[in-house]
Amino acid sequence: MPDINKLKQIASQVRRDIVRMVHGVQSGHPGGSLGCTEFLVALYFELMEHRSEFNMDGQGEDLFFLSNGHISPVWYSVLARSGYFPVEELATFRKINSRLQGHPATEEGLPGIRVASGSLGQGLSVALGAALSKKLNNDDKLIYSLHGDGELQEGQIWEAAMFAAHHKVDNIISVVDWNGQQIDGPTLEVMHLGDLRAKWEAFGWEVIDLPDGNDMEAVVNSVRYAQTLTGKGKPILILMVTAMGKGVDFMEGTHKWHGIAPNDEQLEQALAQLEETLGDY
Amino acid sequence: MKKFTYTEKKDTRSGFGVGLLEAGRSNPRVVGLCADLIGSLKMGDFKKEFPERFFQVGIAEANMMGLAAGLTIGGKIPFTGTFANFSTGRVYDQIRQSIAYSGKNVKICASHAGITLGEDGATHQILEDIGMMRMLPHMTVINPCDFNQTKAATLAIAEHVGPVYLRFGRPAVPVFTPADQKFEIGKALLLNEGSDVSIFATGHLVWEAIEAGEKLAEAGIDAEIINIHTIKPLDEEAILDSVSKTRCVVTAEEHQRNGGLGDAIAQLLARKAPAPMEMVAVNDSFGESGKPAELMKKYGLSSENIVEAVQNVLKRK
Ligand SMILES: Cc1ncc(C[n+]2csc(CCOP(=O)(O)OP(=O)(O)O)c2C)c(N)n1
Ligand SMILES: [Mg+2]
Repeated sequence: MPDINKLKQIASQVRRDIVRMVHGVQSGHPGGSLGCTEFLVALYFELMEHRSEFNMDGQGEDLFFLSNGHISPVWYSVLARSGYFPVEELATFRKINSRLQGHPATEEGLPGIRVASGSLGQGLSVALGAALSKKLNNDDKLIYSLHGDGELQEGQIWEAAMFAAHHKVDNIISVVDWNGQQIDGPTLEVMHLGDLRAKWEAFGWEVIDLPDGNDMEAVVNSVRYAQTLTGKGKPILILMVTAMGKGVDFMEGTHKWHGIAPNDEQLEQALAQLEETLGDY
Repeated sequence: MKKFTYTEKKDTRSGFGVGLLEAGRSNPRVVGLCADLIGSLKMGDFKKEFPERFFQVGIAEANMMGLAAGLTIGGKIPFTGTFANFSTGRVYDQIRQSIAYSGKNVKICASHAGITLGEDGATHQILEDIGMMRMLPHMTVINPCDFNQTKAATLAIAEHVGPVYLRFGRPAVPVFTPADQKFEIGKALLLNEGSDVSIFATGHLVWEAIEAGEKLAEAGIDAEIINIHTIKPLDEEAILDSVSKTRCVVTAEEHQRNGGLGDAIAQLLARKAPAPMEMVAVNDSFGESGKPAELMKKYGLSSENIVEAVQNVLKRK
């Protein structure tokens, strides 16, 4: 049985890390990061079998790919908190000579990152390639990938989606951060995504609804259920509804906090809402 | 050395935004397209004033390039807006086939070019775009140096018939060119006459070249400084004239050495008038996150690097 309370405590600390990192360099993307905190924490602290002694090929491990690379703060925090690199290094986020690049990169050798992302729409293809590689290696571990909902507007996503079903890539669980927001506004106004469930089903995917992606227990149960559906000839997609900016009241539910940093006063306000559970970096 | 002054710093992308609005007012054929970056591209005022002539395409740059090509059939003059990376590398074949090869009158307007976009890091800091774009037949490539010049260039490309790549940036930089300038595509601008060395600079590096010129003057070196705002077509006559006098060259650009302005000028000189040459550019590496000024230093793109390059090239004269 997962210790949901423990996961929630980690999530609270990760949220502190996110706002402090973005504040510390006055740039970066808090909104999507805060919205995906439960998912990333559940993945690294409960759901994936993985080793923090980083190995690029990751044989015998579950692997995660972040396709919406701009939410690097949540990933970096979770990687550091699960032992991939020192937590103090979070203080170097987006600063010159850092391994913690604005968008995830392999160039500086940050443990945990297997491919650069940031230019949207490319991660599903890469994740599928890694899933094929696992099959070729007779490695029965899984691939996870995360995508923004706005990111689904990129055509390459749908090229990859078609490929996955055609080639029966059934060792992947892909997740959409369905927060309904992107840079210029709500996705409904910027570029309507239509019936997402029907679209993914029509492309041959097994689709799971996760109506509250900020409920830790629901996230864990949903991914556990997805795991039971792997290996049956179809790729798996979770439509994970989240609130952008979750956990900081003035950031919640608006695209305005997609990619801006809190000032000193806003930082204090944010931290007052987030319990320090594991010690700030 | 002529004295250059400025009263304010502004981002070149805002010059584009103001220019686009003006172009839209004077020419109803001008239409705008943007891929979920209206604020970053400063296209909001155009969208507000001409909602029926503005298309939000979402995060779908390849589609945007195709739409733009199609809009020209029937006489529209589309201006596409996204970051420089997503305006070029992301959509190279769409530009190549549907726009350049097909001779379409599309204006590809690209912000956040180069390393000075800063903290977002290398995934967004394209340093190869000038090379990619100038390799395409029919393509005009423009990289203005400040707010006023970017505005003027935006108005000029609306008048020009043919595909254009207009490159500009994110940081606030000195505004030192005249507000009422007429922008002549393909015409190099002589900023300072000199006899010892020709410095050819483009984009943000033009101001660095001016600062370098001042330092060089203090050391008794008389630099000719020329703003190459149009990289293609290159003003061959102006370049050859200058080099025939100075007999040595430094180029400066916020781009890879491979494929950029320096490459274009080296090719010209190799064919017509070989001369010692140094290139201030990024040397075959990706960028990284950091503050724009820190990155300019680390990647060798500051006025000090231009001074050093001049000192080196003079030894080879
Ligand atoms: C190919 C590409 N085009 C544009 C951008 C600029 N951009 C960064 S994030 C973003 C919005 C992404 O929306 P979504 O995937 O919903 O993420 P969220 O805002 O919800 O975090 C855009 C347009 C990019 N990074 N890559
Ligand atoms: Mg979104």
